[in-house]
Amino acid sequence: MRIHFKTSYENDIRLFPDWWSFLVYAVLVAGAVILPWLLDDFFLGEVTNVLIWAIAGLGLMLLTGQTGQASLGHAAFLAIGCYSCIILMENGLPFLLAFPLAGVITGVFGTLFAIPAVRLHGIYLAIATIALSVLADDIIVLLEPWTDGVSGKFAPMITIFGLEIERWTTPDRFYWLVLAVTILCTLAYRNLLRAPLGRAFAAVRDSEVSATAMGVHIAFTKAAAFGLSCAITGLAGALMGFYAGAFNNETFSIVISISLLMMIVIGGLGSIHGAFFGAIVIAFLPQALSMATDTIGGMIGGGNVAIPGLETGVFGAILILFILFEPMGIYGRWLKIRTWFELFPFARKDMFKRQKSYLKTERLR
Amino acid sequence: MDVLQLLVSGLANGCVYGLIALGFVLIYKATEAVNFAQGDLMMLGAFVTLGLTNAEYMDLPFWIAAPLAIGLMALIGYLLDLVILRHLFGQSQTAVVILTIAMGFVLRFVAGAIWGHEPQTLQSPLSQGDFQVAGVVLGMADLAVIVVTVLLTIFLYQFFQRTKLGLAMQAASQNQMAAYYMGIPVKRVQGLIWGLSGAVAAVAGILFASKGAIDPNAGLLGIKAFAAAVIGGFGSLPGALAGGLIVGVIEPFASRYLAAGYSQVAPYALLLFVLVFRPHGLFSQVRTKKV
Repeated sequence: MRIHFKTSYENDIRLFPDWWSFLVYAVLVAGAVILPWLLDDFFLGEVTNVLIWAIAGLGLMLLTGQTGQASLGHAAFLAIGCYSCIILMENGLPFLLAFPLAGVITGVFGTLFAIPAVRLHGIYLAIATIALSVLADDIIVLLEPWTDGVSGKFAPMITIFGLEIERWTTPDRFYWLVLAVTILCTLAYRNLLRAPLGRAFAAVRDSEVSATAMGVHIAFTKAAAFGLSCAITGLAGALMGFYAGAFNNETFSIVISISLLMMIVIGGLGSIHGAFFGAIVIAFLPQALSMATDTIGGMIGGGNVAIPGLETGVFGAILILFILFEPMGIYGRWLKIRTWFELFPFARKDMFKRQKSYLKTERLR
Repeated sequence: MDVLQLLVSGLANGCVYGLIALGFVLIYKATEAVNFAQGDLMMLGAFVTLGLTNAEYMDLPFWIAAPLAIGLMALIGYLLDLVILRHLFGQSQTAVVILTIAMGFVLRFVAGAIWGHEPQTLQSPLSQGDFQVAGVVLGMADLAVIVVTVLLTIFLYQFFQRTKLGLAMQAASQNQMAAYYMGIPVKRVQGLIWGLSGAVAAVAGILFASKGAIDPNAGLLGIKAFAAAVIGGFGSLPGALAGGLIVGVIEPFASRYLAAGYSQVAPYALLLFVLVFRPHGLFSQVRTKKV
């Protein structure tokens, strides 16, 4: 076990606690960069999908995992990011300008939504965001002059300094683009957590009352969390649009919102790793299931059996099992396993026990 | 007359929303959690009744099948709590929210696997015949929905106000620890309320299926019922009914008098407005938190 002896605050907030962890992540990034030479186009596309979901997950993680505000409406922000990026590009802006602008626009919308929403707590916020997600579908149809409503839009070719990037013809370039955005977003997220604002997020999540007592401005902090979270989500939305190629009002449905929230819960709330683990589960689950049903269908001789709704059903079941038996998600389980090995043979079962809190309400009747 | 007709059909729809919202409120009142799967429970209740009644399945008489389905759904509700939700005792609200959404997914899959994804109609005596009163056409199903909803709301309201068990449920939600010290079996009470809300979901499902076809995605109606519950305030049973009626009445009027496209937006826009200006509903019961 490595012991980090911290002698100053600078020590405490280092990006990497030691050289070993820096090396691990450096190897990971290097492996990710050379991946297009190792995989065929199909699997590269799947990995790209994982990374895009991971960016969206990072966005929601900032809000739900870090600030404690559950949102079931992030598909709406994915849609805003996607539509604003494509519309800006159709009006002649280069990708390098339109893409960050899409993030900024989504962030502004998120902050605008947050101004009334910061008054809401827990389930009320969840319901308000559900309403937002449902409304987004109708609003896209209503704004037909800009969004082309039900018939939808097609993503244009991305050109960066003359280099053409497209999901189908040049999947490797598209992968590198997504990878670059992922790394930038992850670094930004990690840095944010070291900054005063990130600390304020965690304070608001753990106790609003104590955060206020410590001088944290609750409404401002929540609005900032919403804005930043939506900005990252908007970037993911734009990439999703390019990945899908074509999209309309039903692409960013409420099911996407719910999957996104479930994804970060399965991955592990409140950790960057969790967003990535969750993205791997959600992106590979459909493939794994279709392979499994094919194999079983082949064994019983029924050929290709398609079971409608199987995906969401299995997904729901996995989620129930996680919440019941591993509320900290995949990352939490990994931490437990790692600690067990690091402390061997001194690890105890109760080391990760969570405190229970018993319900008390302010309702009168 | 046109207005009156719209009003009546809106009221009947609103009662279905109100019934689902009653389920939300029941569970919220007793456990302070929101059951996002309530719409799916309703869907399951409808399908259970359909499976018992329809000629191609069990072919039981409707008046035997309906109480049976209600009993079955009460059992399912109790078992859901016993097997799944009781393990979350003492954990955060958000965990319960996510868990119930996941349960909704699973219920939808189960219903789809058993009864298929095609829309089906319940062969119910309630879906036949209609009345004509002063030029307003009122379906038998509409009438049944309105009568049953009002009776059920009064019954549940009295149940919470008058009976020992109802009071125990409220106590258990206000302060679990204190309720436990007072000798209330908090966990069993929580199971009972889930059973009760399962039964209410079955009633809602039967009435909803009498009004039209159902398919496994009918549970998404629950989102509209959220609007009802929020508008009424989550802790109030009459509020849930009133909220349901408001949403139900707004819908036909919006589609009649607003441009196409804006009408679907109306209930959710109202929901957001209520959340912004009266975050705890029109029938609020919450004071600000004291430390």
